[in-house]
Amino acid sequence: MLDNDKLIELYKVMQTIRLVEHRIEDEYKYDEIKTPIHLSIGQEAISAGVCINLEKDDSVIGTHRSHAQYIAKGGDINKMIAELYLRKTGCSMGRGGSMHLIDPEAGVLGSTAIVGGSIPIGTGVALAAKLQNKNNVTAIFFGDGAVDEGTFHESLNFAAIKKLPAIYICENNSYAINSHEMVRHSTSIYRWAEGYGIPAYQIDGNDVLKVYDIAKKAISRARRGEGPSFIECITYRWKGHIGTVNDIGEGQRTQAEYDYWISKCPIKWFRDYLKGIGVLDDNMIKSIDEEINQIIKAAFEFAQNSPKPLPSDLLEFVYAD
Amino acid sequence: MPWTTIEVEKQDKFYIKDDSNESRIISYKDAIYEALDQSMARDSRVFIMGEGVDDPAGVFGTTKDLHKKYGADRVFDTPIAENSLTGMVTGAAMAGLRPILIHSRMDFLIISLDQLVNHACKWCYMFGGKVKIPLVVRTISARGWGSGAQHSQCVQGMMMNVPGLKIAAPATPYDAKGLLISSIIDNNPVLFVEHRWLYKTMGNVPDNLYSIPFGKGMVRRKGTDVTIVAVSYMVIEALKAAEKLQSENISAEVIDLRTIKPIDEDIIFDSLAKTGKLLITDTGCKTGGVASEIAAIVAEKAFHLLKKPIERVCCPDGPTPASDVLEKAYYQDSESIFKKVLEMMK
Repeated sequence: MLDNDKLIELYKVMQTIRLVEHRIEDEYKYDEIKTPIHLSIGQEAISAGVCINLEKDDSVIGTHRSHAQYIAKGGDINKMIAELYLRKTGCSMGRGGSMHLIDPEAGVLGSTAIVGGSIPIGTGVALAAKLQNKNNVTAIFFGDGAVDEGTFHESLNFAAIKKLPAIYICENNSYAINSHEMVRHSTSIYRWAEGYGIPAYQIDGNDVLKVYDIAKKAISRARRGEGPSFIECITYRWKGHIGTVNDIGEGQRTQAEYDYWISKCPIKWFRDYLKGIGVLDDNMIKSIDEEINQIIKAAFEFAQNSPKPLPSDLLEFVYAD
Repeated sequence: MPWTTIEVEKQDKFYIKDDSNESRIISYKDAIYEALDQSMARDSRVFIMGEGVDDPAGVFGTTKDLHKKYGADRVFDTPIAENSLTGMVTGAAMAGLRPILIHSRMDFLIISLDQLVNHACKWCYMFGGKVKIPLVVRTISARGWGSGAQHSQCVQGMMMNVPGLKIAAPATPYDAKGLLISSIIDNNPVLFVEHRWLYKTMGNVPDNLYSIPFGKGMVRRKGTDVTIVAVSYMVIEALKAAEKLQSENISAEVIDLRTIKPIDEDIIFDSLAKTGKLLITDTGCKTGGVASEIAAIVAEKAFHLLKKPIERVCCPDGPTPASDVLEKAYYQDSESIFKKVLEMMK
């Protein structure tokens, strides 16, 4: 069982992700964040529950929707927001935008906007750890849309053969843009992973304690050199695929479905749980929010006051020295 | 497969003089093997993976028994999954290793384009230079003996359009070794283009480690009447054509570009200042290829040096046929270069 400090840390990470994303949502209408954004509101428990088990030298590789992993793994929030504002001070120097976040110091090695693209790359990072006899684990995040790609199957097969220290985390939020999982998959996703001989779990991705437990088990197994694990986290994204749109009422999903998932809010549930066991009280909740809001305020000020790249910088970084 | 041996064994052991003073003469294939062997001995971060790299044939002998020397952690066979394998070597490269991925046919490279083009070659730029991808992808173009449309392509021209990629296309054993070593020590993704028909080419090769800079071509034969810019295997055909042109009292200068991304522009302009006539020859298709790019560079920057329109000797814009009769019509050689130069001299 987690000690109180860890429980509070988990809560803080989830709430940071939520509040950062709400602020991004608020600012988006001013058109200064001139890049597509993909929000993880509703899915915070997964990144928080996985990343709290990772060490600094462990890696995460994400997708177009990776604000949550970046924050959970300890990425620099100032640099992340500056990247959304496409500033020179951004984590990718304004070359990447919201879909290409990086913080090598924190073990965030990048994120890709090609569906399925993160899977072989993360597998390769795990391969490197194995070849170098390092004890590092790589957590590879992707959505339920990515499992339709060949890269998913090719990589799982490879990781199983080579017993790589990789954790595959499928954030199954039911939708690939607007295409529902029911029309895309013939079976539960975790069963595919089982088919490659990989221990696989399907869990409630809104239950951060469950995510924490299973991720801990998977990460320990990987660290022991016993190979990859697969975790399918059932969750829901509250917002539409892209931007700040809300799909309800546009024929894409029903109000009833949406309401059900709002009632299963991972943060509300966890907050109530922590209050129930006496770990959190209203004063603490308030002071945590204040602390987070300070971080967010500073990050947005840093970003908005940062310089933009110059046209003459255009071809910097095409090649490494 | 017998054809690979049969067609290549039918070739002469062509000897290309190089800028090496070394007296030791070895083949192009052995030069590649030596570059891999010495690079692995020198740097423990270098490893080789790919389909069949540790089988008894060892990719036409270029990786033969390296797994015995360096262990199965550094030279290993893989599932047939070109695209993801490219992503895996990209991930391994960003995590600090120096991988070499081998496609025994260049055609298989095309399966991997998502990971190569969308990921490996852009990663450094997308992340503001925070991550380097020191990756070598060796690809071997093969041809002849009915290999047909899916086992004989030369798509280096297509790949020139990819930002963030470097492309080496050595024609001599000296260059094969030196450029492969350069590719391995480079901090960027490098496409290393080999041609099966070059594997028997002989030349002087030093036995030590040495590297050749990217973007530096070589004059393989001096001449004053026409400039022939050649890439990869077509260097041999161009040299044969130049020899035959000599008997017609035509002095052809043959330039071997050695790397096609970046391209040594000055070596072309310097030659054109003497000859005023340019023929470009490549192993790939004509449209949108290496020769097109070189022609465009000359038109853009050295138009004033041209006394005649530029000519291109490339494969026609069709898939490769399997029929031996059609193959002969498809592939360009010293004879087609020779004839084209005669027309240019009229």
